[in-house]
Amino acid sequence: MTTRYTKDHEWIRIDGDIAVVGITAYAAEQLGDVVFVELPEIGKTVAQGDELAVVESVKAASEVYAPASGEVIAVNEALEGAPAMVNEAPGGEGWFVKLKLSAPDELDAMMDEAAYKAHTS
Amino acid sequence: MADQASLQKTPLHDLHVELGARMVPFAGYAMPVQYDGVMAEHNHTRAAAGLFDVSHMGQARVSGDEAAFEALVTADLAALGAGEQKYTLLLNDQGGIMDDLMIARPDDGDLFMVVNAACKGSDFAHMRARFGSRADLNELTDRALLALQGPQAGAVMADLCPGAAKLVFMQAGAFTLDGMDLLVSRSGYTGEDGFEISVLANEADALARRLLSDERVKPIGLGARDSLRLEAGLCLYGHDMDETITPVEASLTWAVAKSRRERADFPGAARILAQLEAGPEKKRVGILPGDRAPAREGTEIVVGGETAGVVTSGGFGPTVGAPVAMGYVRADLAKPGQPIELMVRGKARPAAIAKTPFTPHRFHRG
Repeated sequence: MTTRYTKDHEWIRIDGDIAVVGITAYAAEQLGDVVFVELPEIGKTVAQGDELAVVESVKAASEVYAPASGEVIAVNEALEGAPAMVNEAPGGEGWFVKLKLSAPDELDAMMDEAAYKAHTS
Repeated sequence: MADQASLQKTPLHDLHVELGARMVPFAGYAMPVQYDGVMAEHNHTRAAAGLFDVSHMGQARVSGDEAAFEALVTADLAALGAGEQKYTLLLNDQGGIMDDLMIARPDDGDLFMVVNAACKGSDFAHMRARFGSRADLNELTDRALLALQGPQAGAVMADLCPGAAKLVFMQAGAFTLDGMDLLVSRSGYTGEDGFEISVLANEADALARRLLSDERVKPIGLGARDSLRLEAGLCLYGHDMDETITPVEASLTWAVAKSRRERADFPGAARILAQLEAGPEKKRVGILPGDRAPAREGTEIVVGGETAGVVTSGGFGPTVGAPVAMGYVRADLAKPGQPIELMVRGKARPAAIAKTPFTPHRFHRG
C-alpha cells in the first residue's frame, strides 16, 4: 500500500485500483474542531480535482477535492455521528471516501510523505 | 490576504503570541482567533471563565451637553444614573443602525461608551460632526479593554477586586486594583455573567496575566467569541444588522427607550414608529437547522419554493450541540416553529424558526 498527498492536504492510500481518501493531520489541525462532513453519494464519478466532500468546522466550511479520478464506492458513514473522528484520527478512522480509481497513473505525479512534509514545513 | 505588517496590535499582542494564539486580521487589528481550539474555549467559557482581548473596540468619554449625544441614539441618557449602563443603537437619519454600543455612567461624571472596532472611525466622526461645540468626545486610545466571561467570572473578580464583584448586570463603576484605574461594567457578549474591564494600555498586560494566573480563567479567541454570542442570540454588527436595517427589523425594539418612543425624538423616528405600528416587512429571527449541516452567512431561506429571507450569522453551537443560525425572514414567517428550508450547497434542507437565545442567558442580576 502506498500513500500519496495533494497540495490541498488530502491523502490517498492506494491498494490496487481501490483507494481510501482523507484529509491530513495538518489540515485537520488547521480546520479545528470538525462538526459536520458532507459526503458524496455512492456511485458518484469524480475527476481529479473535483469537489468530493465538504468539511465544516465551528468556524467555516472547506472543500475536500478528489485526489484522483474514479467512482465513489464507499463513504465513512461513522462520520455522521462522530465528525470529531476527523480530528482524532485523520489518517485512520477519520477517512472520508473509498474510490475505485479510473486512472491510477494520476498518482505518479503526487507527493510522497517526505515531499508532503517538506510542503507543510 | 491582509498585509500583516499594516495591522495594528493591541497591548496584549505579545501575550497572545506567547500563549500560542493563531493570529488573524480583524477590523484592521491582528487578533487571536483561537488558542487551544474554538470548541474547548467555548466550553470553558460556559463552564468556568474566559478572558477575551477586546482592545480593538473603540472607547470614548463624552462631556458637555448630553442631549447632543442622546439625539443620536435610542437610549434615555437623561435617565441613566451614576453606575448604570445601557445597550443602545446609533441610528442614521433614516433610522438605520450605524452601530450598536454600550453607554455607561461609571461615576457621577461623563458618559463612557464602547463601540465596535470596525465602526469606531465612522461613529466618532459622525458624533463629533453632530455634537458641534455642544459636547466633546474624547477617544480613549490609551486604554485597552478585557472581557472576563463565564459562571466563575464573579468569583474570580471577588478575589481580585471585591468592589467590582458587587456590580450587578448592566452596572458600571471606577475601581482601583494594585494602583491600576479600572472602569468595570458587569456585561459582555457571551450570554454568561461577566465583566468588561477598561484599563490603561500600559497596564493591560499585567492585568491580563493576573487574571490568567487564576486557574479558573483561560484565554479565549475570536472564534469562540462568535459561537458564544451566536448561541446567546446577540447580533454582530455588519452581519446581523447594518445601516439599511432598523431596530424594529433587527428585533431590537427593546433597545429603543419607551420615553424616546413617546417623545419621537430619535433619528428616523417617523419610520421606526410607523413600523412599530404596522409591523415591519422583515424581521430578525433565530433558526435551527433540522440536520447537522451548518447554514452559514448568506444562505438563502426558502418557503414554498420562494425566497423568504437570508441567514446573516450561522455556525455550530457547541453548547447546543447542533448548528444554530440567525437571519431575516418575511415578517409573517417570523414565529417560532415555522418550518423553512435552507439552501445549503444547492440542496434544500429542512429547518425551523426558533426562539433566541439558543442557550439561556445567565446574567448576574443580583
